[in-house]
Amino acid sequence: MTWRYKVARGAVIFVNRLARRIGRGSGTVIGGRVGLAISGNLLTDLTRDRTVVLVSGTNGKTTTTAMITAGWGGNVATNATGSNMVQGHVAALADSLGNRAVLEVDESWLPETIVATRPSVVTLLNLSRDQLDRASEVRHLAELWREAVKNSPEVTFVANANDPLVVYATRDGARVVWCDVPTPWRLDAASCPRCAQSLRFSQTSWECECGFAKPSTVDTFTDGGLTVRGHPLSLDLALPGEFNVANAAVALTALSVLGADVPSALARLNGLTSVAGRYAIRKWGPRDLRLILAKNPAGFSAALPLIGAGELWIAINARVADGRDPSWLYDVPFEQLTGRKVICLGERRLDLATRLFYAGVDATVVDELDSLAVPGAPVTVVANYTAFEQWRQRTVEC
Amino acid sequence: MLTVALIFPELLGTYGDGGNARVLVERARQRGIDANLVVVGVGEEVPSATLFVLGGGEDGPQGLAADQLRVSSFASRVEDGSFVVAVCAGLQILGTTFCVEGRDDYPGLNLVDAVTRRAKKRAVGELAVRVKGRALVGFENHGGTTTLGAGVTPLGEVLRGRGNDGKVDGFVAERVWATYAHGPVLALNPWWADEILGAVLGVSLEPLVTVADDLYEERRGALKV
Repeated sequence: MTWRYKVARGAVIFVNRLARRIGRGSGTVIGGRVGLAISGNLLTDLTRDRTVVLVSGTNGKTTTTAMITAGWGGNVATNATGSNMVQGHVAALADSLGNRAVLEVDESWLPETIVATRPSVVTLLNLSRDQLDRASEVRHLAELWREAVKNSPEVTFVANANDPLVVYATRDGARVVWCDVPTPWRLDAASCPRCAQSLRFSQTSWECECGFAKPSTVDTFTDGGLTVRGHPLSLDLALPGEFNVANAAVALTALSVLGADVPSALARLNGLTSVAGRYAIRKWGPRDLRLILAKNPAGFSAALPLIGAGELWIAINARVADGRDPSWLYDVPFEQLTGRKVICLGERRLDLATRLFYAGVDATVVDELDSLAVPGAPVTVVANYTAFEQWRQRTVEC
Repeated sequence: MLTVALIFPELLGTYGDGGNARVLVERARQRGIDANLVVVGVGEEVPSATLFVLGGGEDGPQGLAADQLRVSSFASRVEDGSFVVAVCAGLQILGTTFCVEGRDDYPGLNLVDAVTRRAKKRAVGELAVRVKGRALVGFENHGGTTTLGAGVTPLGEVLRGRGNDGKVDGFVAERVWATYAHGPVLALNPWWADEILGAVLGVSLEPLVTVADDLYEERRGALKV
């Protein structure tokens, strides 16, 4: 390794530790920036002798990354903070020894991350509308992925066979392992990614008159119990939700492709109770809160059925990391909440309250958080990205 | 009786645009007016309706929506008296031609003399338009620049953002309103929703005070308009 690499790697570690010590955030981006300024090839150098797995998709990246990392076991470098662009990747790798890495990758960064890290496995979870002010259009992302897949014949893609946009991106790949997993969100694939005509969906499949269709044979499926590449597994996740079954199926398939011991990986996945502050019960003053992240219509649709008894608070922000345009609130089926009372929080609480008014849901706007910090029923807090982070920081794990 | 028909939400519904149809129906119902929402799927016959709502969409779906509307009864129903509210790609479709990937002169419905060309840069951000002395607030995300024909009236003057060309936004024609403010623009601007509703129903509406008024004031403050 060159001196430049050594200096750059050292700088990432030093700057990030310093940033954490002086309290400037979780210390992932700034050190990464400094290191990359010293060596533009840093990400390639840091992954040279490592087996790399990349995880991308609109929803489920952080959880699936955590599942693969936990399932693999031992010393695995990973960007657990969710910092999923090159600076975050460099930070996660510089600070870790060991020869394996699992990296969550922002959808639009995936092509260059594949080139830089030469992964063994790339998992493609799903594609749906999210932060359209930044990413512009979902179909554009599918095209970007398609090029990347075509240019990577040595990579195994573990891909969601039930998501038409993912299938469109992946179907011409040299090595594809298909996972038929629950994918209820269909609004972004109502028209065929190949010819724009209407896709026809049945209970278990989908097709277009142009011939574009769900792959006829799949390697992993969840229907009638989880079967990963021919092996039935008894999945019993502590994490809630059908979408986490999908994430686990993809994670276990990736681990199987990597040659990991799948039964022991399964046991470790079943034992996961919380990922990055999500799902577990947390304390906020006298209140018990369960935090759920939902940052786009598909994520919200998946999260709404998880809301339990007790109070429901929803917090919405529209910062750059959230997407500055909260129009997507009108794509969320909030009508499902009719009959419930919702406390509207976050910087865009009036947008949320207006949306709920038009959905016929009883909504109360709360400007002063302190008024909620009184003893009361358990609370489910559903929040989008930066609002979730604020609530994670406000609360502590029980 | 008010029938609001939401046209092809699976093609023209990228930014929560279906919210506009919902807002009109709900604001009518709150005043005791019988109103219903009809969702028109791709391949379905365009039904008779008091008002059609068109949303925004990506290139491929936008082209397909225009093709389907061209061979439907949409234009003749509008000529016969139906009203139209269109945002973003919906605005472009009502015009003469627009751009999709690989083609710069895709034929629109030609209901309004409005030609959309590819802009040098995408317009992504807050949009504010002065409409009859009031500020219309919203968000735009499109790659078009639209030139109106000599006889076509723009919706208003751009206060912030790009709209059609940085100077004006959208257009109004007989029974037609169009803006680049995409998504639920009628949710953000309850006064404009009521103005449209009043014109469609031919009545003057009772005031309706809701949280949407607070949202409008908050957005005006945030956009400084």
